[in-house]
Amino acid sequence: MGDRVTASDESRLERDQEPGADEGEMSAEFEQPRTFGEYVQRWWTQIRSGNSGVLPVVLGVILIGIIFQTQNTKFLSAGNIINLLVQGAVYMLIGMGEVFVLLLGEIDLSLGFVAGIGAVVVTELVQPGWGWPWYAAILAALVVTAAIGALQGTLITRLRLPSFVVTLAGLLGWQGVMILLLGEGGTIPIRDSVVNGISNGTLSRGGSWLLMAVVVLVFAVVQVLQDGRRRASGLSAPRRFMTYLQIAVVAVAGVGLVLISNVDRGVGRFQLSGMPIVLPVVFGVLVLWSFILGRTRFGRYIYAIGGSAEAARRAGVNLAVIRTAAFTLGALSAGIGGIVYASRLRSISTSFDGGTIVLYVVATAVIGGTSLFGGRGHPLHAVLGGIVIAAIVNGMSLLGVSAAVQYIATAIVLLASIMVDVVVRRRGQTAH
Amino acid sequence: MTTSTARSRSSGTEPLLRVRGVKKSFGRVDALVGVDLDVPAAQVTALVGDNGAGKSVLVKTIAGIHEPDAGEIYFEGEQVHIHSPRDSARLGIEVVYQDLALCDNLDVVQNMFLGREALSRGLLDEDAMERAARETLASLRVRTVRSVRLTVENLSGGQRQSVAVAKAVMWNSKLVILDEPTAALGVAQTRQVLDLVRRLADRGLAVIMISHNLNDVFEVADRLAVLRLGEMVGQGPASEFDSRRVVELMTTGRYSGDHDGEAPAAGKDG
Repeated sequence: MGDRVTASDESRLERDQEPGADEGEMSAEFEQPRTFGEYVQRWWTQIRSGNSGVLPVVLGVILIGIIFQTQNTKFLSAGNIINLLVQGAVYMLIGMGEVFVLLLGEIDLSLGFVAGIGAVVVTELVQPGWGWPWYAAILAALVVTAAIGALQGTLITRLRLPSFVVTLAGLLGWQGVMILLLGEGGTIPIRDSVVNGISNGTLSRGGSWLLMAVVVLVFAVVQVLQDGRRRASGLSAPRRFMTYLQIAVVAVAGVGLVLISNVDRGVGRFQLSGMPIVLPVVFGVLVLWSFILGRTRFGRYIYAIGGSAEAARRAGVNLAVIRTAAFTLGALSAGIGGIVYASRLRSISTSFDGGTIVLYVVATAVIGGTSLFGGRGHPLHAVLGGIVIAAIVNGMSLLGVSAAVQYIATAIVLLASIMVDVVVRRRGQTAH
Repeated sequence: MTTSTARSRSSGTEPLLRVRGVKKSFGRVDALVGVDLDVPAAQVTALVGDNGAGKSVLVKTIAGIHEPDAGEIYFEGEQVHIHSPRDSARLGIEVVYQDLALCDNLDVVQNMFLGREALSRGLLDEDAMERAARETLASLRVRTVRSVRLTVENLSGGQRQSVAVAKAVMWNSKLVILDEPTAALGVAQTRQVLDLVRRLADRGLAVIMISHNLNDVFEVADRLAVLRLGEMVGQGPASEFDSRRVVELMTTGRYSGDHDGEAPAAGKDG
């Protein structure tokens, strides 16, 4: 390539060497702040430029906590916090599925009733008539819901139908299928103790501690190794104290959660303590989905399509395959949420309201910071948003507020979060 | 085909890309009516012309987006048939379109590797990609992009253009085509991008730059090619042109009685 460089080109090359030599080098020193104060400063600059991340939702959770605690001192009791997290688990799980779809800049309105289908499938299959073991029933429910997602995703991507309309049809259609499967007015109880245990069972106190210790340890090891590898290969890595600070924050959060879980929240003589099994389930899905979105090509392409579908297409990304897969994973997550829902009620009935659930689910993702316009979002947002929704519902029913007021309050929170989303987007557009 | 008529007059070596007699019509509109173009390596060839002169069609033909109705394209001395953008990429031809095709929500590294991510054990190898992106930017002396982990939405127009260009040269490309790289930029940023364009040629790449701005063209181009109504009305070393002459060629197709599309407009005032 360079053998055709002519004499005049070479002289030009040399001429170019001089200017720029004293310009700021793109160095590790520049990219990483040195002191804690500088980290805070940079963080503040990011927030002011509209890149606030999860800060609004974290502040929102704190605010909601303060408001309800001053009205009813039971709100922040250990028992109620755990209860609230379990209530929110369904929204969190389905919401993590919705994040996949929202990242593309699409929407899936069917996820509520897709979750319902998952719940019905697992419930029916563990009935004495079928007599499937719990794991086979769960697997079947996940396969069915994933297939539903693949079907809708195919209609949307291959026939280029709007996702809003296809999944609106799904919202109606899968509700119909659910009613058909259950029979008019039917309620089917679940008699399988493992399936019921997902939402109602708890780890032992010791088991809770052990699980927390393993998670924190794995996080610490991964973090230290990763930073060490980056430092060794000359890339910028956070200062060591920041790494240790992160690990410390995670450890404190873990210890706090286990301490809260291990308080006896039983009523009267009935003792109940330990971490509900559903929390590790939510955490596992969160880690897995974050991993897929952050570390795989597939995840990278989901973000790319949400950012600019045309750029992704020109880069050789197969848009139809990635989009369909995202709808499939979204519906699969909804299936997990549906199983958890049925497990909590130990039954499934035709009164299952997938329409309200899906609206709450979109709200959880958006409240948490996932953009409705695609390209910006994370499964963690659905978990944080799920805490907000569950806290509002739980806190208001503690106060004995009517359902009407609950709906209105949730609507206001949703509107506020969308405003944050739009303002962030507008800032991003005017930044250049 | 002999090379004698196709020799680049400025360097005397075989041009990297030779376009001969390319025709392209869309319905009854003749976009290109037998265009010849020589693009030597290690030089910036500016492609100028008024709106509708056929610059974009010519570039898209080279990039494989349009297929020519007639004519031949030679790359590294051999005749090639470019049917798709994939074909042109395989030859080492990269196009930076005006809209840049960057994902605003991805960072610089992620954009530069989009569609060609480095993997290690099936997972994204972020460290390797970050290192390669930094090396490429450093080798092009793009210093304005302070952190390769900034998302593109946080970059200025000039920085975005630099990233798009760096993305194009990262993959062993031999010919880089830039569509109006300075169109939307301010003075300082235009300066940065023109320096970058110059550096590409200094690295030995062949560069085609479409531009409306004759100041930019004369600042950076080694060769000029002037299109008018689908016809190459003048082509040769930049030293043989001045702006008055280019404008006259662009608008009337002739200068001092010279309207031979094959030969460079003779250098009377060069």
